[in-house]
Amino acid sequence: MTEVPNMVPALPEIFVAGVGMALLMLGVFQKVSDSAQEIRTSRLISRLGMVTLVLAMVLVAAVAGSTMVTFGGMFISDPFAVFFKVLILMASTLTLVISQDYMERQNISRFEYVILIIFATLGMMLMVSANNLLSLYLGLEMQSLSLYVIASFNRDDERSTEAGLKYFVLGAVASGMLLYGISLVYGFSGTTDFKTLGALFADSQVSPPSIGLIIGIIFVLSGLSFKVSAVPFHMWTPDVYEGAPTPVTAFFSVGPKIAAIALFARVMVGPFGDLVEHWQQIIILISIASMLVGAFAAINQTNIKRMMAYSSIGHVGYALTGLVVANEAGVRGIMIYMAIYLFMNIGAFACILTMRRGDRMVENISDLSGMSKSHPMVAAALAIFMFSMAGLPPLAGFFSKLYIFLAVIESKFYGLALIAVLSSVISAFYYLRIVKVVYFDEQGDPLDKPINSILGFVIAGCAVIIVLFFALPNVIVDSASIAAFTLFER
Amino acid sequence: MSNYPILSLLIFIPLIGALFIFVIRGEDEIVKRNARQVALWTSCVVFALSLLLWKNFDITTADFQFVEHQDWMPKFNIAYHLGVDGISVLFVLLTTLLIPICILASWEAIQERVKEYMIAFLVLETMMIGMFVALDIIVFYIFFEAVLLPMFLIIGVWGGKRRVYAAFKLFLYTLLGSVLMLVAILAMYFEAGTANIPVLLTHDFPASMQTWLWLAFFASFAVKVPMWPVHTWLPDAHVEAPTAGSVILAGVLLKFGGYGFLRFSLPMFPLATADFTILIYTLSVVAVIYTSLVALAQEDMKKLIAYSSVAHMGFVTIGTFTLTVQGIEGAIYQMLSHGIVSAALFLIVGVVYDRIHSREITQYGGLVHKMPAYSLIFMVFMLASVGLPGTGGFVGELLILVGAFKVNSILAALAATGVILSAVYMLYLYRRIIFGKLTKDHLLKIKDLNTREKMVFAPLIILIFWMGIYPSSFLEILHVSVNNLIDRVESAQAASAALIAGR
Repeated sequence: MTEVPNMVPALPEIFVAGVGMALLMLGVFQKVSDSAQEIRTSRLISRLGMVTLVLAMVLVAAVAGSTMVTFGGMFISDPFAVFFKVLILMASTLTLVISQDYMERQNISRFEYVILIIFATLGMMLMVSANNLLSLYLGLEMQSLSLYVIASFNRDDERSTEAGLKYFVLGAVASGMLLYGISLVYGFSGTTDFKTLGALFADSQVSPPSIGLIIGIIFVLSGLSFKVSAVPFHMWTPDVYEGAPTPVTAFFSVGPKIAAIALFARVMVGPFGDLVEHWQQIIILISIASMLVGAFAAINQTNIKRMMAYSSIGHVGYALTGLVVANEAGVRGIMIYMAIYLFMNIGAFACILTMRRGDRMVENISDLSGMSKSHPMVAAALAIFMFSMAGLPPLAGFFSKLYIFLAVIESKFYGLALIAVLSSVISAFYYLRIVKVVYFDEQGDPLDKPINSILGFVIAGCAVIIVLFFALPNVIVDSASIAAFTLFER
Repeated sequence: MSNYPILSLLIFIPLIGALFIFVIRGEDEIVKRNARQVALWTSCVVFALSLLLWKNFDITTADFQFVEHQDWMPKFNIAYHLGVDGISVLFVLLTTLLIPICILASWEAIQERVKEYMIAFLVLETMMIGMFVALDIIVFYIFFEAVLLPMFLIIGVWGGKRRVYAAFKLFLYTLLGSVLMLVAILAMYFEAGTANIPVLLTHDFPASMQTWLWLAFFASFAVKVPMWPVHTWLPDAHVEAPTAGSVILAGVLLKFGGYGFLRFSLPMFPLATADFTILIYTLSVVAVIYTSLVALAQEDMKKLIAYSSVAHMGFVTIGTFTLTVQGIEGAIYQMLSHGIVSAALFLIVGVVYDRIHSREITQYGGLVHKMPAYSLIFMVFMLASVGLPGTGGFVGELLILVGAFKVNSILAALAATGVILSAVYMLYLYRRIIFGKLTKDHLLKIKDLNTREKMVFAPLIILIFWMGIYPSSFLEILHVSVNNLIDRVESAQAASAALIAGR
């Protein structure tokens, strides 16, 4: 008889997986003869799904505290993973909260959406807990497959199906690259375990890594760059963001991004941490290119979802500058950045979800004109999110950049810091443009009123968090510090 | 001394007022009235409190007073740390004085979105006071840059025709300067290991680093001052801003740059300061002469005053970098009197703009026949701007010229031409608007100042004469702190010179 592995560290994942499948069964066996019943089913599953994710958050908190490895070293639960799991679960829960109204209005309210979100979430949780290149790949693929489907969830809409297909084809290429890289790393080192890899490279000064291994790492890095949509692997982002249903776009811009950044950080500073001189320059290049493309390409966008896509590319660039320094301060910066980014983005997308006219969604930036008169509160919140993304103090977005810059300048990367702040000035331009359309322009055709109250609640909540972050920064900063510390503990 | 947190109160009372206004609900007219009232009373309370600050200020010490220290991000050794010394205390007073005046001046001029307008002004007050009293360099930066947010909205929402262009220009120019400063601030933070300004003031940064830090701070402050050639945002912003926006812009925001030079550039980077003094002199002299000539050619009243501000601020930078007691005290004094005079001049333009809705100088002429009180008040401030003895403008200019003369007589001579030119363009402006025959039809029914408008100007007139006739009540506050500042710079420069000589 083989030994049963310790299940406790993976309890949240096991719970999410089990409940996800149960909800799938529940949904399948509901009687669905007309659309009213369909909506009722999807509402039920959606609520149960939210409860599941919140309970999973509680479970994550329950297993938090110490570093535990299980399943033969495949799975790790440490404060770093816990921090990101909480963020991911929040992102998924908030996505479900803001989705329901939209899905019903667009007549695409089906319970499978919730199930797919739950499984995507499960994949992300596995990603951040991966302690082996294989479990990394499994988590990543589980997440990606669910995301391909929900990208084209509005299956009668050409743009949505196109988005799904594009995402799938390009995503598959990226997965291929990643897998190729993994096999090269395995071939040249003989292991896929993070800990063993780390130990192997610890004396890399004595025996420099072989060229094949370096190529393998670069392939892994490219695959991960695709998943976080960093330049030059960003081409899919604007199209997918534009085509996918808006709540799905909101989800794409936070959940998978947070998970992939976490994975990125864990892989680069964990097993490959001692090879930092070999990959540092690549990350510098990627982060600078992302910041600049994010800043310049967004300027000419007229569609707000496309603009947000470029904005997210830019934000990934800033987060990756934290990875360049490859130390505790940098990882802490990344963690704080992603936490704040979550609330800014969900809030901004919730504002975008209120943009309807004659019960149809509108997506052009110019449609926002005069919103400050018709929807003063939403307009104020949107302005707060935009100022925050531009990095203006005293809003949270400033602090997210501050912690990253602290790390970058502490390690004396002055050039990188200068490029980062200058591109933040450029990107301030298009964030301000939204504020300009909302506040300075004459009112166009008014948007529909009143807005959905749940959306309003999410918007208000995110806005309050963004505005008042300065009062209690230590809540996030302290847990991020602990998590970053454990990541570097060998 | 008092043991209640007077500086925190100064910072947060306006925010509380803004919150009150935010929750006002009801009919449009009532909301407007209440918003105005709350804003006015809040800012008056803040002003009264700041008078208390003045009264309790101890002029015999150069140390920071009313210090408050509260851990904020203990992990990074960044704290909510406040305090004032002789250099900053008067700027706090200037801010708290001008805000109620701004609110009174917008009483009738602003009819749209009154609630948001008042909130913006109160938030602006919070940020400005915070900037002057912050003793932690990160906290300073937060307040410094946060000022942009309400200012952007004030110009963009309530401004004139080209308001969008002006608001963006203001925002991006200033942001570009200040992010460079942010990098420098963080570099200083790691070099000195602290964000505490009093500690940084005594830290000796390596000479090569000072050069870069000085340049980064210069990028930010030069835009704010504004110094030639990065002054171009100012005329646009002034022309498009609503009257009260211009008042705050000229009255307080421009002083950020001068204050920044005094608080950071001089004492923290004394060696770099010595290297760059010539640069500052050159740019300032160009500003004084060139922008005065530009002002002479303006057809728009607000633009003319905006250019005159650039010229006057050129004086300030000259005085600051003479590193003499007279020069620096004169610079601070000039900033204070310019804060009042230029604020008043913009209000004066605002008065006729509210009536005629034009700022073109050619649209006016002969106003003295219809508006005698207005003409008198205009004359007072016009002469104060020129620097007539007996007004505040004279004291500042005189001290700066004395300081400049001690350093370099050619510099003083060139700067003095600015005094003549300012007389030329101001008198020319005054003649075209006030004197002559009243021939234009739309001016025939123009009304003189009403009581509210007179109330707005009364405190400014009193102050400008007070500053001119008995400057000691303000200068005595400066003496100890300014001497301390000069000692610090000179000892650092001497130490470095000795080091080089010893090598």
